[in-house]
Amino acid sequence: MNEMTWTDYLPVLWEGAWVTIQLTFWSTIFGALLSFAAGLGKLSSNRALRWLSVAYIEVFRGTSLLVQLFWLYFALPLVGEAIGVNLRLPPVVAGILALSLNIGAYGAEVVRGAVQAVARSQYEAAKALNCTRRQTLFRIALPQAIPEMMPPFDNLAIQNLKDTALVSLISLADLAMRAEQLRNYTQDSPTIYTLVILMYFGMALVLTALMRLLARGVGRWRPAGR
Amino acid sequence: MLFGIEWDATNSWTLAVSIFPILLHGLWVTLQATVLGFFIAVVLGLVLAVLKAAPTRLVSWPTRLISEFLRDTPLLIQLFFLYYVLPEFGIVLPAFLTGAIALGVQYSAYLSEVYRAGIEAVPIGQHEAARALNFAPTRTFTHIILPQAIPRIVPAMGNYLVSISKDVPVLSVVTVLELLNVATIIGDRTFNYLVPLSMVGGLYLIMTLLAAQGVKRLDMALPKTGIPLK
Repeated sequence: MNEMTWTDYLPVLWEGAWVTIQLTFWSTIFGALLSFAAGLGKLSSNRALRWLSVAYIEVFRGTSLLVQLFWLYFALPLVGEAIGVNLRLPPVVAGILALSLNIGAYGAEVVRGAVQAVARSQYEAAKALNCTRRQTLFRIALPQAIPEMMPPFDNLAIQNLKDTALVSLISLADLAMRAEQLRNYTQDSPTIYTLVILMYFGMALVLTALMRLLARGVGRWRPAGR
Repeated sequence: MLFGIEWDATNSWTLAVSIFPILLHGLWVTLQATVLGFFIAVVLGLVLAVLKAAPTRLVSWPTRLISEFLRDTPLLIQLFFLYYVLPEFGIVLPAFLTGAIALGVQYSAYLSEVYRAGIEAVPIGQHEAARALNFAPTRTFTHIILPQAIPRIVPAMGNYLVSISKDVPVLSVVTVLELLNVATIIGDRTFNYLVPLSMVGGLYLIMTLLAAQGVKRLDMALPKTGIPLK
């Protein structure tokens, strides 16, 4: 049975890595959307919106990701039963939802911080030029704030990639799960876990490179002379 | 029954009340793992920070690579690595200790950056002034730089302490009976995951909000001009 060598592990691990890449991709996209929604929501003049954003940020930053994941996967169906709705989420949906909600809450604080860090004079100038609130936000504040968000966003994207390993615990066949399956089958843990940890490291390096490209892209929005 | 305590699954409220002391057992393990992991990270992080600042690249570059590697790979995989691979080399540690080491190793990389940033944030003028006053390099570091770096370092360390507590549930995969593991066991046996898992979320929220307040207070209490070490 134990006839497999390390080259035989690669196709199996690659299958898992592809799932990890997809999970990272989607949860980073949704997480970014949530970051902007909640980050700007926290700065909104609408009290209900502000309160909702703060509650979301505090709950998802204040509890453990694994607790959130298990709650969505194991506890939410029971809430559904109580109110007569089917809330039984497939693992992939629960996984992406938990990862996006979690990273979005951290990202929201980044967005809020960067928008608040835009110089007051910029807002005053926008007012003097009779810009509407929407114009001020989208044409003055965000283009200056987004480049400043990129370094923390890079860290969050890496954190998100690392966090995807946890979805293996709700039976999603990502890289961590494939490693566990191979280990059960071959008992060759040193080789398998060395390969897997190197694959994660490689993915993190590629992700950092991609985030640098993105940072360079949005860096052009910085006002000239800075 | 868990830890010798029975639960009463008549309805959700009686269940919640009866499992509370059981969850506190789990919470206690979580706190222990947090503190031990933090302690390892504080010490190991200092070692990494010193080696990263080594005058020879032969030392500083490999250390930087190791630190980057530890920061960029998942805690879960590092934990599995320690738990399944170390025994192959004859090192068998209890699950709790393995878990605390994994937490300590992962966060040592983060803390080494905290130390570095804290020391680098001390204005260059302070170094120059110390040199002008003819202070020896060691004396400059211990009497001038470190006292001013500490107020910047300590609050950031506090934030990582909170982060570690939120990563402790990962240790449940190697059978550590921390808070989340206790809650899922109760869920497995009573078929009611909603009550125990929601209580765990609530306990975490209380814990982290209190800790965040503590860190804020600490930040305000620390004199920004520095703490004399004598």
